[in-house]
Amino acid sequence: MLNPNEPIQRTAARRQLHTFVVYAEDKPGVLSRITSLFRRRAYNIDSLTAGHTDVPGVSRLTVVTESDDAEARLIEANLYKLVNVLRVEDLTHVSAMKRDLALIKVRCNADARPQVMQMIEVFRARIIDVAPESLVLEITGTGDKIDGLLEILQPFGIIEMVRTGGVAMTRGSEATTVHPHFVHALVPQTGN
Amino acid sequence: MKRTGAQLIWEVVTREGVDTVFGYPGGAILPAYDALVEYKNLHHVLTRHEQGASHAADGYARATGKVGVAVATSGPGATNLVTGIATANMDSSPIVCITGQVGSTVIGKDAFQECDITGITQPITKHNYLVTRAEDIVGVLREAFYVARSGRPGPVLVDITKDAQNQEVDFEWGDSPIRLPGYRPDLSALPEEYDRALKLLSEAKRPLFLAGQGIIMSGAEEELRKLAEAAHVPVALTLLGLGGLPTTHPANLGMMGMHGEAWVNTAIQEADLLIALGMRFDDRVTGDLATYAQNAKKIHVDIDPAEIDKNVKVDVGIVGDLRAVLTTFNERLKPQKRDAWSEYIEKSRGEAEQHDILKAAEPGGLYAAHVIDELRKLTGDNAIIVTDVGQHQMWEAQYYAHNQPRTLITSGGLGTMGFALPAAIGAKMGCPDKEVWVIAGDGGFQMTACELQTCAQENLDLNIIVINNGYLGMVRQWQEMFYDKRYSETPISSPDFVKLAEAHGLTGARVETLGDVPGAVAASQAHKGTSLTDFRVVAEDAVYPMVPTGKALDQMVRRPRKTPAIRQDT
Repeated sequence: MLNPNEPIQRTAARRQLHTFVVYAEDKPGVLSRITSLFRRRAYNIDSLTAGHTDVPGVSRLTVVTESDDAEARLIEANLYKLVNVLRVEDLTHVSAMKRDLALIKVRCNADARPQVMQMIEVFRARIIDVAPESLVLEITGTGDKIDGLLEILQPFGIIEMVRTGGVAMTRGSEATTVHPHFVHALVPQTGN
Repeated sequence: MKRTGAQLIWEVVTREGVDTVFGYPGGAILPAYDALVEYKNLHHVLTRHEQGASHAADGYARATGKVGVAVATSGPGATNLVTGIATANMDSSPIVCITGQVGSTVIGKDAFQECDITGITQPITKHNYLVTRAEDIVGVLREAFYVARSGRPGPVLVDITKDAQNQEVDFEWGDSPIRLPGYRPDLSALPEEYDRALKLLSEAKRPLFLAGQGIIMSGAEEELRKLAEAAHVPVALTLLGLGGLPTTHPANLGMMGMHGEAWVNTAIQEADLLIALGMRFDDRVTGDLATYAQNAKKIHVDIDPAEIDKNVKVDVGIVGDLRAVLTTFNERLKPQKRDAWSEYIEKSRGEAEQHDILKAAEPGGLYAAHVIDELRKLTGDNAIIVTDVGQHQMWEAQYYAHNQPRTLITSGGLGTMGFALPAAIGAKMGCPDKEVWVIAGDGGFQMTACELQTCAQENLDLNIIVINNGYLGMVRQWQEMFYDKRYSETPISSPDFVKLAEAHGLTGARVETLGDVPGAVAASQAHKGTSLTDFRVVAEDAVYPMVPTGKALDQMVRRPRKTPAIRQDT
């Protein structure tokens, strides 16, 4: 999380995938504000997912972006500048699990079926639909793992594929869930 | 008590301490304008174009430090505000724009004068809102004012549907508290941060303060003066920082950047420590970043954490309100002396000043510098100068002496031509007891000249100087220097400005010779009511010094000597 009081760490300008968890008020236009920020500042978005949290009125977004550490700090600072953004965490350099979900429709007749089933077993993918000429597989895992499965399915013929983009959570008992005090905080009264 | 949404708008605006709003009525904002009639203590200025309203609100905000308010209808009314909103956003000016929107049931149906103004203004506002229910109006507007003026200020737009304005709801002020859980305008730095900054400062032999508009916005002028004196560190100012330290103060070097004086930019390049205070290392200030102040360590103080390390990588970043930060600096600083450094800068200042057009015995014509110098001599420290954008803007910054904060109002970041006249209307409404001068070029003035009639309707006492050289001068200067003098579409004709002023019921005058300048400036000052003076200056004058784009800050084109003879009396 951004701490403006901490000295700025100098790191080599190495570009890598940075994963941000963004908590935002669940209000109209919030998603648009976030994507608009990335567009306006010419930051790249690799993937973006959004959904509800266990706190009513709070959304959780996972944004994966390719940047160096200096740019990542500016992305974090700019996300904080959005009035509806409650909290930002950069999970890149902390111990965290990152998962992607994919549905893959692969060309597969009865002859090929045992072979495909055997291979997807290794990837812990599941078959969720079987048709005479195709299978639909569901797989969760890191982006690399899904890329690996796609590669071995390629020769059979991939008819259609959808990926959700990454979601992430830190390891251990420390919560990444936004604290309720962010949601109920009031600013000083003005006027009369 | 029962109130309509339209009434609630003005209930909030008046309670926020606003006495003047700028706007233009239309279909979707009709209920609000109808309710406005009942609010006798709120003065509405009818500008002649909504762009004028947003610039006027901006000028009001910059002159007073209060939030400026602009009002417009949906569709074209709202889109006409856009240039003014972007101008305010780039210069961190606190304004609230209230726009009418078509009824909530027809939003998305391409209704007459419908326009997605919250979508359009999203990247150029600090925040914006679409309100579709009357019960939300009070809470949202209170948030809008709070967001606009707190932290790093900026524009906030509130788009209110016509049906929300018409609905009647129960109104209790306390029922609509501000609720902004994610908004943190009050960040501050840790003591260790100050330790590192103060250590760098105490070790520095050739330090410089680079002071920006943040000094003025946080009211840190006095702290800056004390700090500069105690630490014996010269201060260079940005364009918007002018007035942050009196020009007459010995530590004040003047303006830095593309058209900054040679001794200022050279000092930046030779400094071993730069302490940036409430400025954002704009490209017009730094020149080529790869060669910028290579020998200097850098400390950056700003209220916005996203400014730290944005353009220039710094050694220490301190986030916080400048007045609080500088107060801490002053408490902890041990006074130092750096005579060699000051003497070195003063020597290079003295050499460069010999080239000034004002020192030429035979200048060979009327130059803008003569007009602005005369204005400087005639006006007190409290006069507000509102400039447009271009050559005259830079000459004003070079030749006028701003000794008080909020006496220069100009569009720095966006560089909006047409800004001056409407912004001056706002400044004058906000500071009716102060003398307000407009300095504009003949090009920019024509962009918003319709606001002359606003001056007439409001019986305003503005003094307008048009620096008229028959060219879009700054663009012509670039064409002269970088495009082989191919003057593509920069020669510009003008109406007879004297007759134009008179057609609006105002006073006009024309000056063509150097000798007539003092009388004309004095006459304009003495005249009650708006007067316009058209100064016909040398056509192909250029702003010097100039750092060409992409060049290092000390690779400036210096002022050419006009004549070898030096006048002794100035």
